Amino acid sequence: MSFIDRSTKALLLTELVSGLALTFKYMFRKKVTINYPYEKGPLSPRFRGEHALRRYPNGEERCIACKLCEAICPALAITIEAEPREDGSRRTTRYDIDMTKCIYCGFCQEACPVDAIVEGPNYEFATETREELFYDKDKLLANGDRWEKQIAANLAADAPYR
Amino acid sequence: MILPALCFYMFSAVAIAAGVMVISARNPVHSVLFLILAFLNAAGLFVLMGAEFLAMILAIVYVGAVAVLFMFVVMMLDIDFTQAREGFLQYLPIGGAIGVALLVELGFLVAARSVTETGDPLTAKLPDGTGGVTNTEALGQILYTKYFYLFQAAGIILLIAMVGAIVLTLRQREGVRRQKIASQVARRRDEAVEIRNVTPGTGI
Amino acid sequence: MVGFWDGYVWPGVVILAQILLIVVPLLVAVAYLTYAERKVIGAIHLRKGPNVVGPLGLLQPIADGLKLLVKETILPARANIGVFVLAPIITFTLSFIAWAVIPFDEGWVLADINVGVLYLFAVSSLGVYGVLMAGWASNSRYAFLGALRSAAQMVSYEVSIGFVIVTVLICAGSLNLSEIVMAQKDLWFFIPLFPMFVIFLISALAETNRSPFDLPEDESALVAGYFVEYSSMLFALFYLGEYAAMILMSGMTVILFLGGWLPPFDIAPFTWVPGIIWFGLKIALVLFVFLWARATFPRYRYDQLMRLGWKVFLPFSLFWVAVTAGAVVAFDWYPS
Repeated sequence: MSFIDRSTKALLLTELVSGLALTFKYMFRKKVTINYPYEKGPLSPRFRGEHALRRYPNGEERCIACKLCEAICPALAITIEAEPREDGSRRTTRYDIDMTKCIYCGFCQEACPVDAIVEGPNYEFATETREELFYDKDKLLANGDRWEKQIAANLAADAPYR
Repeated sequence: MILPALCFYMFSAVAIAAGVMVISARNPVHSVLFLILAFLNAAGLFVLMGAEFLAMILAIVYVGAVAVLFMFVVMMLDIDFTQAREGFLQYLPIGGAIGVALLVELGFLVAARSVTETGDPLTAKLPDGTGGVTNTEALGQILYTKYFYLFQAAGIILLIAMVGAIVLTLRQREGVRRQKIASQVARRRDEAVEIRNVTPGTGI
Repeated sequence: MVGFWDGYVWPGVVILAQILLIVVPLLVAVAYLTYAERKVIGAIHLRKGPNVVGPLGLLQPIADGLKLLVKETILPARANIGVFVLAPIITFTLSFIAWAVIPFDEGWVLADINVGVLYLFAVSSLGVYGVLMAGWASNSRYAFLGALRSAAQMVSYEVSIGFVIVTVLICAGSLNLSEIVMAQKDLWFFIPLFPMFVIFLISALAETNRSPFDLPEDESALVAGYFVEYSSMLFALFYLGEYAAMILMSGMTVILFLGGWLPPFDIAPFTWVPGIIWFGLKIALVLFVFLWARATFPRYRYDQLMRLGWKVFLPFSLFWVAVTAGAVVAFDWYPS
């Protein structure tokens, strides 16, 4: 019986027909396409995008040049030089990230004791030249100022799980 | 109408030129391509004669199948052109003799045609479509009545040739594992999968 | 000189106009078939397909065409230039000359020849040369392998297509395409000859190198098969030729099995619609099946493809020829 059953099924191409029926059904499902530059997919608060150096609300930069991020960076993308400032506090004179080396592992933000270096929600920072991807301190601080609202919101959203 | 005459001269000129190129082209693949061109022009000549069935069969069988196989073989061959040209003079007498014989035969045919204007199979008119019988039908009627046995015999000879070629080239090697699609498809879930409740740390 | 004008020039102009009347809509159809393909497959993948160029992306094929037109034609240094350039031209031409015998409606045919089916068959069997020449002339291993695959595949599936055509001829009693359509006045052939209809559809996929039989271009194994080395307009000619061949095969399916220009029911609301619209709708339906199959089935393996052609389709179609011929003789169903 099962042999006849199987042969009939094979001869009538039932498997092909059921496959076709399935794809036909899918044709009328709702489309999942996102119209990219105009529509974007949701991002997790933990998303690791472009780097930023944050400031305290009073405008003082957070980074204290402890160089933990430089030490932990597996790609050796971070370069820091530090000197005491006029007021005697320890600050960076140079904070460079080579974005072409960075692997976006997020270790730097995990290592940072003062939440200064973070990976923000921005992923649209493609450039036309390679040089533009060698970020210096000014660029990173500017990023921080630009994205501070979202970065703070993301950190707050993620805080309960840490 | 001068149009058919023009077409005739065009087809024949191209056919002859292509035929010459078949033997004079340096690259064997080009030779095959010219051969195909010659076939197609011959088909065109058939159409001009009102034998459209033969023309199409020529295109399908010779161009569509036989020449494809030629092409296949010639493309795959790794021919050393200089070696192929060696001994040209040595074979010239035999080749030349055959060529001359064919030419003489052709001349006889033309001569015979001009001498006997009627009653000769060469000049017999092909049945045209005017009598309510297309030449496909006319061919079928003569092929399946008068030449029925010869037609069948030709078919059987071809079949035997095919079987012979397969018998000669087929070799059964021992110990070769082949895919059996039917048995793969016939395999059911309960023959292949078994669910066991394994206690951790004991293994099966 | 009056005879010259009336006998040659005027008919020539009329025929040229008729040819343009077929070729221009066909080119537009080919362009929009590529668009339809992307839309249909997109829909099945839950995507939207092209929707940026023009309203609903309707200008996309034109943009694609323009892009190909302005690109540089690259001739490989070690290619056989003459054959290399000739190959896409042959492919393109062959897919268009076949339309001369296709009847779009009753009497709407450029050349109503007696051996129309054989002509179509001959033209489709010549299609292999474009591919073979392209593969050989490119002087590239991928292209050559693609060409060899394609040649073997097309020759194999032509055999079963030939037998399918023979069964239809037995039922229709004519080699003329218009008469084959008229023979389906009462009953379209896909009902009595349903198994042959399925075989023809599948063989048509193989004959036009369409997925799931697109091994000649097999991008995962052969990059792009026989046209790896082609670019710009030469590539566009291949592309257009391939899609025109698809439309042609759909047209053949419609004429042989789906009653050509005949309406599905011979009663009032259906007969009001002109035949050419029915013909177009049926072709669109068959083309949709082509695209649908591409979105559904994975690619065949090459030995499976050959097995299917020679060990399944050939005996089966041969058997069905015998059955059909036997039935026609036994029950005296000779076509008039």
